[in-house]
Amino acid sequence: MGVTRSLLPALMLGSLAALAPPRVQGVDDSAALMKQHAAEDAAERAARWKSLQQAVFGARQMQDGSAVIQIEAPEHALDAALVPVTLTLTPGTAVKGVYLVIDNNPSPVASHFTFGPRADPRVLKLRVRVNQYTYIHAIAEGADGKLYVSQQFVKTSGGCSAPVGPDNLQALKDVGLMKLHLLGAFQAGKPLQAQLMIRHPNFNGMQMDQATRVFTPPRFIRTIDASYDGAAVFHLDSDISLSTDPVITFGFVPDKQGTMKLVVRDSDNALFNHSFDVPAG
Amino acid sequence: MTQVAPGIYMRRGVDEDASASNDDAIANIGFIVGGEAVAVTDAGGSLNDGRRLRASIRRVTQLPIRYVLMSHVHPDHVFGAGAFSADHPTFVGHAALPGALASRWEYYRARTEAILGRDTVGPLVMPAMLVKDHAQIDLGGRVLELTAHGIAHTDCDLSAFDRQSATLIAADLIFVRRAPSLDGSLRGWLKELAMLKGAPAKRAVPGHGPTSVNWPEGSQDLERYLQVLQRDTRAAIKKGVEIDAAARTVGLSERNRWVLFDDYNGHNVLQAFKELEWE
Repeated sequence: MGVTRSLLPALMLGSLAALAPPRVQGVDDSAALMKQHAAEDAAERAARWKSLQQAVFGARQMQDGSAVIQIEAPEHALDAALVPVTLTLTPGTAVKGVYLVIDNNPSPVASHFTFGPRADPRVLKLRVRVNQYTYIHAIAEGADGKLYVSQQFVKTSGGCSAPVGPDNLQALKDVGLMKLHLLGAFQAGKPLQAQLMIRHPNFNGMQMDQATRVFTPPRFIRTIDASYDGAAVFHLDSDISLSTDPVITFGFVPDKQGTMKLVVRDSDNALFNHSFDVPAG
Repeated sequence: MTQVAPGIYMRRGVDEDASASNDDAIANIGFIVGGEAVAVTDAGGSLNDGRRLRASIRRVTQLPIRYVLMSHVHPDHVFGAGAFSADHPTFVGHAALPGALASRWEYYRARTEAILGRDTVGPLVMPAMLVKDHAQIDLGGRVLELTAHGIAHTDCDLSAFDRQSATLIAADLIFVRRAPSLDGSLRGWLKELAMLKGAPAKRAVPGHGPTSVNWPEGSQDLERYLQVLQRDTRAAIKKGVEIDAAARTVGLSERNRWVLFDDYNGHNVLQAFKELEWE
C-alpha cells in the first residue's frame, strides 16, 4: 500500500471540512451543504481517476470491465460512514485479485483482495466510508494480469470525519472480537458464502477529540488473511475507508469439514486471530 | 411556557429539524423552581434558545439559577448551555457525558453553525457534577432525583424525577409524536423504558412532542415503535437483507404515526441493525 499512503497528503485537502451524514438529531442535511460536493464536474472527475490510475497501476492498460466485474452501491447512501458495496464477478474469467478505489476519499485505495486457492471470488461485500460525492471504481485483475474496470457514482458525504461512536474509549472495548456467519448449508466441495464481522473502530485520524483538541490518532485494519485448513482464501490489504466494525462477505470452497482461520493485523500492529469450525460446531 | 406542574415550566420545541429560522429551538426545555433556587432542564439548542429560556425564568422568579441539567449529548439540548455561564450554575450530566461531548462536540458545532450561522452555539460547556447511577439535588424544599441511565437513546441519558409533583423529566428517553432518534442501544432503550414505566410518576415531560403526558401511558407509542424496529430488524438480518436495504424497508408500519418519520427511521434501522447483527 505504499502507493496509497503517498497519495494521502495531496488528497487530504478540503476533506476535513466535509459536513454531512450520519444524521445528527435535529440537524438537517440541507441542500446548501450538499451542493459543494456536487460542484466538481465530469472533467475533473475523469482527471482525478486518470491520475489515481497512474499512481496505483502505473502504465498498465485497463479494459472496460462491465462483462467481468459489477459494482453495486446505493446511489444515495443513508449513512456516509457505512456505505454497503457489493462486487460481483462474472464466472468465466479467472481473477487473481480485486481492487476497490473510492476516488475522492483521502486515501482512495479502500481495499485490495488477493484470492487464494480456496477462494470463491464471485461475490464480495463490504462497508465503506465515503467522504464526498465520488466515483467508486472496482478493478478485477485477471490471472493473465489484465485489468478490468467498472465504476459507479455515489452521492453521499461526510463519512470520514463523522464520530465513530459516542465515546472513543468505548469504541475500543471489544476490539478484535470476530464472528463468522455461514450464509448457506455446508456441503463438501461446494462454494459457500461467509460473513465476517470484526469489532474495530477503524479510526481514520479524522475524528476530533474535543477534550484534548486533537484528532483521534488513526488506528485501522491493515490486513486480513483468511485461510481454510491452511490453504489461503484471501489476503486483504485495507485502509482507513473501511467502516467502523467492518463486515465483509466472501466466498470459499470448503473441500471437507475444516477450520476457517482469520488473522487481522491493524496499524498499531495488534494481531487478532480467530478460528471457526466449518460447518459451525 | 407551560406550567406542567406547580413550579415546573416547559417550552414546547417545534417538530422540525434545526434551521436558521427556528434557532434550533426544537427540544422541550424548561425549568423547575424550588424554595431557594432554580434548575434548568435542558438549556436549549442554541445560544439564542438558551437566552430566551433565561429571560422566561426571570419573568417567573428572581431566585438563583443553581443547576443546569444536561440530559444528553445532542445539540438541541446542550448548545444553549453557554447562555447560563454568567449565572455560575452547576452543570450536571451523566458520567459518560464528558467523553461523548469530547468526541462529538466539534462535529456538532460545525454542522449546526453551518445552518444557524457563526457563534450561535456558544462555548463547549462540560458538566461539573457527574452522575453515576443516582444523585439528588435540592432546590430548597424540593428534591430532584437524578438517574444516569444505561445506554438507551444515547450513552449518556440523564433523567430527573420531581418527588413533590410526581413528575418525570424524561428528556429524550421519551419521544411523543416526533419520530424518535436512536443513537445508543435499541435493546438498552427498551430496558430503560421498562424501568421508567415503573417510576411513581403521574406525568412525564418528553424531550420532543407535548410538554406533558400521563405516565406510564405516555410511553406506549415509543415502546411500540422500538419493538417494531427490533422485531423487523431482527427479521431482516435473519433473512440476509443488506443493511442499506433494511433501512429502507424496516418499520414502515409506523410511518403514519410520527412526524419526521422519513428523516429518522432509516438511520434508526442502521443503528438497530449494527447492534442486533452481533446477537
